Amino acid sequence: MENIIFLAFRRMRRPLLTLIVAHAVAVLGLTLIPGQDGDGNRWYMDFFHAFYFVSFMSTTIGFGEIPFEFSDAQRLWVIFSLYMTVVVWFYAIGNLLSLVQDKGFQQAITERRFSQRIKRQREPFYVICGYGETGGGLVRSLTDRHQNVVAIDIDQERIDSLQLENLQEYVPALCADARRPRHLIEAGLKHALCAGVVAITNVNEANLKIAITSKLLHPKIKVICRADSHDIEANMRSFGTDYIIDPYDTFALHLATALQSPGLYVLNEWLTGISHQPLTEPVYPPHKGHWIVCGFGRFGKAIYRRLKDEGIHAVVIEATPSLTGHPEEGCIEGRGTEAETLEQADIRKAVGLVAGTDNDANNLSIIMTAKELSPGLFVVARQNNQDNESIFEAVGADVVMHPSSIIANKIRVLLGTPLLYRFLSLAMYQEDEWACQLVSRITAIVESELPEVWEIELSPQMAKAVVDHLAIGRLVTPADLMKDPRNRARSLPCIPLLLERRKSITTLPGAETPLKVGDKLLYCGRYSARGRMAWTLQNVHALNYVLTGESRPQGLVWRLLKRWAAT
Amino acid sequence: MNPEKVVFGFFIVLALTLNFGFFLGEIDDPDHHHVYELFAVVVVNLIATILKFGDRTQMGAVLLATSLVADLQLLTAALVWALAMHVSDVGFTPVVMASIVSLSGGALLANVVSVVLLVIETVMLRR
Repeated sequence: MENIIFLAFRRMRRPLLTLIVAHAVAVLGLTLIPGQDGDGNRWYMDFFHAFYFVSFMSTTIGFGEIPFEFSDAQRLWVIFSLYMTVVVWFYAIGNLLSLVQDKGFQQAITERRFSQRIKRQREPFYVICGYGETGGGLVRSLTDRHQNVVAIDIDQERIDSLQLENLQEYVPALCADARRPRHLIEAGLKHALCAGVVAITNVNEANLKIAITSKLLHPKIKVICRADSHDIEANMRSFGTDYIIDPYDTFALHLATALQSPGLYVLNEWLTGISHQPLTEPVYPPHKGHWIVCGFGRFGKAIYRRLKDEGIHAVVIEATPSLTGHPEEGCIEGRGTEAETLEQADIRKAVGLVAGTDNDANNLSIIMTAKELSPGLFVVARQNNQDNESIFEAVGADVVMHPSSIIANKIRVLLGTPLLYRFLSLAMYQEDEWACQLVSRITAIVESELPEVWEIELSPQMAKAVVDHLAIGRLVTPADLMKDPRNRARSLPCIPLLLERRKSITTLPGAETPLKVGDKLLYCGRYSARGRMAWTLQNVHALNYVLTGESRPQGLVWRLLKRWAAT
Repeated sequence: MNPEKVVFGFFIVLALTLNFGFFLGEIDDPDHHHVYELFAVVVVNLIATILKFGDRTQMGAVLLATSLVADLQLLTAALVWALAMHVSDVGFTPVVMASIVSLSGGALLANVVSVVLLVIETVMLRR
């Protein structure tokens, strides 16, 4: 980048030099050639007038023969210098303008402005490489939570589309190849406030390169990567990438969860969903009977493995088994879009169908044909393209798997509420009964909208009042924090999900657990509860009221008055 | 031998020598300081400045800076000259001449620094 600016300056030398020399020659000539003034006296033009005349001559403005009419000798010189300076002027100006418009030069200027902007960043931020469907969704949900984001994409069009988005926070964006470390550094990789790098381009190798660059140049930050193959995944893991997200495995795990314990599945959906959306219905994928998996690509394989682990028999339909490979039991060759292949797979006796090819039109066709043959079928659809959302809704699949939104969602949880991620990983080990109970508790609180999930840390920044209280040895419990600071008899509509104290983690902490400074708590509940709780955490008087039920006099005068009244 | 270096050195030294020539003489005597000399100094200094464009070394940056200083001084001198002669009708009084020459004296100092830097750079190359 620096190079190109120096190069531009270097290239300016020739046009500027010719310009100066031509002007100097013309000016010098004019001062040497004698002319006549108004009275017919011999007169020499001085430098001031000569420079004035040459300036408007070379730029073809031409005010005329100033200050006196020229002699023929002067005119002869002017003819000569006119052609010389005008040509040189156009050459120089044209050259300089084309230099300024040069693509490389422009890019260098943009990059410099961008990196300067990042250097001035005063809040923690995440670098997101790849502003496609996934990146777009992620940037939106992070900025909605007022987190700072920097975006890089290789495609100028996508960067332009980012500028049109109406986002809550300003998102600096650069069109550049994130595989080159220089661009990652420009985006703030080495910045002290850089909190993490998210590599979600659609090229596996690029993600790998970004991950390794980030880990080497700034080992402390979180690196989150998308990986579509197990090979790349293992590679990324080898140098300590913090989180690797494989959309197909993630979804297959979801489906397996739904098969095993529907309660846990619903809990997962609700807590990771975007708040204020309507509650989703639980799904109950059938166990008894066999499943049909159309398409044995990365997605099909992940699903097939999970189904097999659950002890469910699955028949695979694949158009090109020679390319994708096939399960040990063999597979049916065909696309699955025709009734014939589906009949071969015994569709009438099947209970579930997975339309998992990488072509949306085929997937829709498979589902429609299958539903005609067997209306009660449980259908899982893979949606590859965001634009097709409306038709996937119309086709009536029970579960739609959309890789981009799965990745965006997962990363949003990881970056926005890391405690929730840990909570969900721990929840996986619980019984379905436990999850169902929690789900019904959440339903009672939130009624019809998805719950808001938030973290609090008992730190001086986030909970000044509570920390001060704990410091003087007073007792505060999660139950206290959940009391409504407007009326302590009521409790806020929220549930504590997790308590983290140094290394130990408690899921669903008891209401009477004494809290300590530095504890981290995860709550879910209604949006309004979050704001009121923040009040209790920060405001001494609100906390006092919540703990004791009395509102103490706040000012000095009233305090003195009260003391005087007591004696 | 690098022809670029020859041209570069030539203009830098020429800027100094011309500047010195203009500066030499009684400070307030117009007969000792010819206007053509001032013109030559300005042109050669501008050329020397352009030649220093696009050098990415630290030395190049300092050279460019000294040249810009010299330009600034000389252009101011030329401006004073034009103002005195044409705009205000004061003419070549000793006061005007003294200020023009002292401005060019400042430019001379900048040019001396330029040449010293050039010499230092050449010595440091040791080949």
